[in-house]
Amino acid sequence: MAAGPYSEKVMDHFMNPRNVGEIESADGVGEVGNPACGDMMRLYLKIDEGKVVDAKFRTFGCGAAIASSSMLTEMIKGKTVDEARAITNQHVADALDGLPAVKIHCSVMAEQAVKSALDDYVKKHAG
Amino acid sequence: MTKAFFDHISTTPLDPGVFEAMRPYFLESYGNPSSHIHDLGQAALRAVDRARGEVAALIGAKEGEIVFTSGATESNNLAVLGAVEGAGAGKRHVVVSDVEHFSVMNALIPLRNAGYEVTVLPVDRNGVVDPDDVRKALRDDTALLSVMHANSEIGTIEPVGPIGRIAKEAGVTFHVDATASAGHIPLDVREIPADLVTLSAHNFYGPKGAGALYIREGAKVASRTFGGFQEMGYRAGTENVPAVVGMGAAATLAGREMGAWAGHLSRLGKTLRDGLAAIPMLHYTGHPSGRLPGHVSFWVEHVEGESLLLFLNMKGVMAASGSACSSNLRGHDEEDLVASPVLRAIGVPSDICTGSITFSLGKGNTADEVRLALDAMPGIVERLRAMSPTYLDYQKQQAKGG
Repeated sequence: MAAGPYSEKVMDHFMNPRNVGEIESADGVGEVGNPACGDMMRLYLKIDEGKVVDAKFRTFGCGAAIASSSMLTEMIKGKTVDEARAITNQHVADALDGLPAVKIHCSVMAEQAVKSALDDYVKKHAG
Repeated sequence: MTKAFFDHISTTPLDPGVFEAMRPYFLESYGNPSSHIHDLGQAALRAVDRARGEVAALIGAKEGEIVFTSGATESNNLAVLGAVEGAGAGKRHVVVSDVEHFSVMNALIPLRNAGYEVTVLPVDRNGVVDPDDVRKALRDDTALLSVMHANSEIGTIEPVGPIGRIAKEAGVTFHVDATASAGHIPLDVREIPADLVTLSAHNFYGPKGAGALYIREGAKVASRTFGGFQEMGYRAGTENVPAVVGMGAAATLAGREMGAWAGHLSRLGKTLRDGLAAIPMLHYTGHPSGRLPGHVSFWVEHVEGESLLLFLNMKGVMAASGSACSSNLRGHDEEDLVASPVLRAIGVPSDICTGSITFSLGKGNTADEVRLALDAMPGIVERLRAMSPTYLDYQKQQAKGG
């Protein structure tokens, strides 16, 4: 199933992305990227007692961007807020069995999305 | 599973007859055309010269006006850098269109660094250069004008006839990159006053690794390779004899069959184009009628080009995209991801489009293959839109504003 420049894992997550969608009244929403640059990701988090209990995403982008988004949601579900914040782009890329060098920015986008969504959560729950 | 190769603009399959013509020059007639005192060298020389005549015939040139190269990139480099050097010290200005291939555009980098001035001609929303803009751009110190015959990404055919006449009046060397068009639509240098024409064998059912530059008799072009005296001194290095022979055979085939191919491709292209119209928010690119036969190009709102190509490939449809994200995936870093400037040149808004798709059909394609692509497209577009945050926002906006 490995096709072209991507690993089998990337293709699996691209063809069958996990957790696509939207969470109504999410506790944290992060949006990063810009369609003009080729990628844009929106991440919705449901957080309960300091744990990510649900994560959903919508992404406009290439195969690596969609696979990184999908993989990220799998990785953060069940993690504490601190654990989720500690996830780096390298973790995402490794979990996908690597990305082409020119596509590392897609995993960076996933890392930034979770940080952005957690910042939003902190802001919403600061008071 | 039916497979549809719709990426003929990147390369075409070698015609089996062309392959047969090449075959003896690998194992039997392996002589070097420059070492032609003996029989094997003589046979190779005769083969290369025969191919020269065949390629010349495709564009109405004389045999001595065809220089073989390794392909279109080398031909374009030789045309730009060789003509500028050939023009002499007083000529410090170059004019190119905004939609030229990288092998023309990037050849301008060393020229700019050396202090040459470059004028880039704009194109209209269909990708067409206005001959009046050419007239205004040419100066006394213009060394070279370069405008392609047809654009590979959007299929538009440029008015090289009128442009060439303007260049001729002004006494400016005129280069036409005919990589995408040669062997597909007629180009005759007796009618179009081009001084230099780039040709690529593997774009018209010949082998990779062979190209040619037509150099009009009397045109001043300096060699850019340094070595022996092959190719009338324009291109040092032993010729790729089997590939050159293949280019000649492919030129003869194309010269004979071009009209029939164009009819077949225009019919298939029309079916494809008409069928795609069913997809909402799909925008065709390039000129609606003045375009390469069998070339259908477009972009789709809220759908990224590479993702669309990956899904199409899964369905057996192989096409190309000018999107940044699908370019140069083997590059070293993100600096190597370069978006095609063609969409910017024709004014496609970059915030809603990151990838045009090009379906380029070839002589072997069938109506069933077109059907395969048309059947696959709506589902893929729907699936990618369902994942896109921009499409979600668009839908919400529609629901609110009606």
